[in-house]
Amino acid sequence: MGALLGYPFAPGCGRGDYDWIVGFQSSTPLARSCLPDVSMLLYYYNMSRPKSQGGSVSRGLTISQKILARGSDRDRVEPGEVVEARIDLGVILDKVGPHVVNAFRGLGARKIWDSSRILINHDMIPASTVRMAENQRMLNAFGEEQDIDCGMFGEGIYHDVVVDKGYVRPGYVIIVTDSHAVTLGGYGAFATGVGISDMAMAMAKGSLWFKVPATLRYEISGTLPGRVAAKDLMLQLLGQGTAAKATYRAVEYGGPSVESMSVDSRLVLANLSVEQGAKVGIVEPNEATMAFLSERLAGERPESVTSDPNAEFAELIRMDASRVEPLIAKPHSPDNVVAVSEVAGTRVDQVFLGTCNGGRGEDLRAAARILEGRRVARGTRLIVIPTSARVARETEADGTMQVLREAGAICCNANCGPCFGQHQGTLAPGEVCLSTGNRNFQGRMGSNQAFVYLGSPYTAAATALNGEITDPREV
Amino acid sequence: MTAIRRDRSSRDWTFSGRVWKYGDNVNTDVIYPGVYLEITEISEMAKYAMVGEGERLVRGARSGDILVAGHNFGCGSSREHAPLALREAGIAVVVAGSFARIFYRNSLNVGLPLFVCPGAHDAVREGDSVIVDLEQGTLTDAAGRVIKGQAVNEYELALLAQGGAVASFRSGLAPESSG
Ligand code: SF4
Repeated sequence: MGALLGYPFAPGCGRGDYDWIVGFQSSTPLARSCLPDVSMLLYYYNMSRPKSQGGSVSRGLTISQKILARGSDRDRVEPGEVVEARIDLGVILDKVGPHVVNAFRGLGARKIWDSSRILINHDMIPASTVRMAENQRMLNAFGEEQDIDCGMFGEGIYHDVVVDKGYVRPGYVIIVTDSHAVTLGGYGAFATGVGISDMAMAMAKGSLWFKVPATLRYEISGTLPGRVAAKDLMLQLLGQGTAAKATYRAVEYGGPSVESMSVDSRLVLANLSVEQGAKVGIVEPNEATMAFLSERLAGERPESVTSDPNAEFAELIRMDASRVEPLIAKPHSPDNVVAVSEVAGTRVDQVFLGTCNGGRGEDLRAAARILEGRRVARGTRLIVIPTSARVARETEADGTMQVLREAGAICCNANCGPCFGQHQGTLAPGEVCLSTGNRNFQGRMGSNQAFVYLGSPYTAAATALNGEITDPREV
Repeated sequence: MTAIRRDRSSRDWTFSGRVWKYGDNVNTDVIYPGVYLEITEISEMAKYAMVGEGERLVRGARSGDILVAGHNFGCGSSREHAPLALREAGIAVVVAGSFARIFYRNSLNVGLPLFVCPGAHDAVREGDSVIVDLEQGTLTDAAGRVIKGQAVNEYELALLAQGGAVASFRSGLAPESSG
């Protein structure tokens, strides 16, 4: 047993979430040397499990069960079990990346187990502080040393970049040092946020333990009314207090409404799953998703994944999309949801159209339809940040960006922007912002005396137009 | 290749100790305040366990004590100091109605046993002597009543037996270096 060493991290990075880890100094070549032990452990574990499970043979599996069974080379896994699953993709971000690198070295690890399955992405680019610049430089050096894809300079926030680069498939087990990893569930992946030790171990051995979650399934039918977006649908779920129900669980989205949804809308559903406390938020891939992914996989059509018709869900909640209205999450919690009409007239200093929740092509086009030929209210800043350079190119090509610029928007390069208060567009004390993002915790976007409201891209555009929170159906 | 010994059976997974009682939603800033994040010595970290709500635990805790809390224990940031500090302060096992997901992972990674037992909080008082059996998934209170919780599965026990996932990982490296 080795000595426990403390590792001070790279000069004061992060938000205090990850500032220390126990490490072990060893000159050991790493490779896959720990895998035999893990498989041994699993062997004993499986041997000790009850063999008969009373009629369980015919029970179907949920998407999460299927993915974790595949990842751990099992026929089936049951909720509550712990399995060691292979990692298909791991993403390290500039926000906490240096801690991960130190933890990785602290484990005695030298080489990433498979350099094609670990990526580094800079979400906060270009750097706005010396600390961030140092972090990014350190990560680039590590990326070069490990021969991993780190050449993503300014291509956007990771959720979109990794997909565009062809790293994502339905059925993948994906981990990211970020809670909004769940967004990749929008492509049918089991994607979840992890801490630094978890990422470091996964980088070294290529697998990680997971407790198989029970699944809460939303069965959604009906069509969203005009100027009502997937964001409103999710705000309704958050506001209904289903939040607690999703804690620990996998959330699955299916039904006719989801089946006909665009790829961009599906990502909105998956993204907000974590605000319900879910471990993963998986949307059953539809034809649009498969075609989208196939384009990014050189025409190859990946295998899809769906829940069996007789799968066992911990809970099934049905909802009717046609009854959803424009909604707002008031400060300081995403589940503090009211109808837009209840807060209509609230003056705003800033409107932010962007983030992994609300900065894709569909979102920007929705806003542009409302702002076309009009001007943002005097005294209100409209900040527009696309999720990726690809989204920027597409919305430039179809004229969307032009419309937004002419309306008076400040358009920035693809990054996280003001979303967590450490980059551009931070708020002053007393300022009010309406954001298409996913979190409005106190202090999240700058001053902890600022007020953040969350709404759809339609609501954001209507609000920018009037300088006060406005129902998008009334402009 | 050296196989991991499955010493789950050779180890006793019952803990008897005195109760330190806390409420619902105890967050990581209470368990280990952010101002101490720069400390790198584990023994030093033990001095700040739970100081976010005062010093009663660090002043009085003895090795083998048991922390009993309500729901959502460990919510907040993902700092791994939180389970480490509790472990080093002498807490043998944390019992709660539920745990925040990342705290749960971190605890198993650093080798701090957790026991999910929603009925425990109402059944015990601070200072009570209780017995927790991780394999059976039970807490026996001061009056001898048995409260059922979720038994810890074999996989987790095997990891805990090795000091957690991180230690297990490291011991997995050892054979290679000698061979
Ligand atoms: S856009 Fe916001 S929520 Fe999304 S990854 Fe960036 S900081 Fe996190």
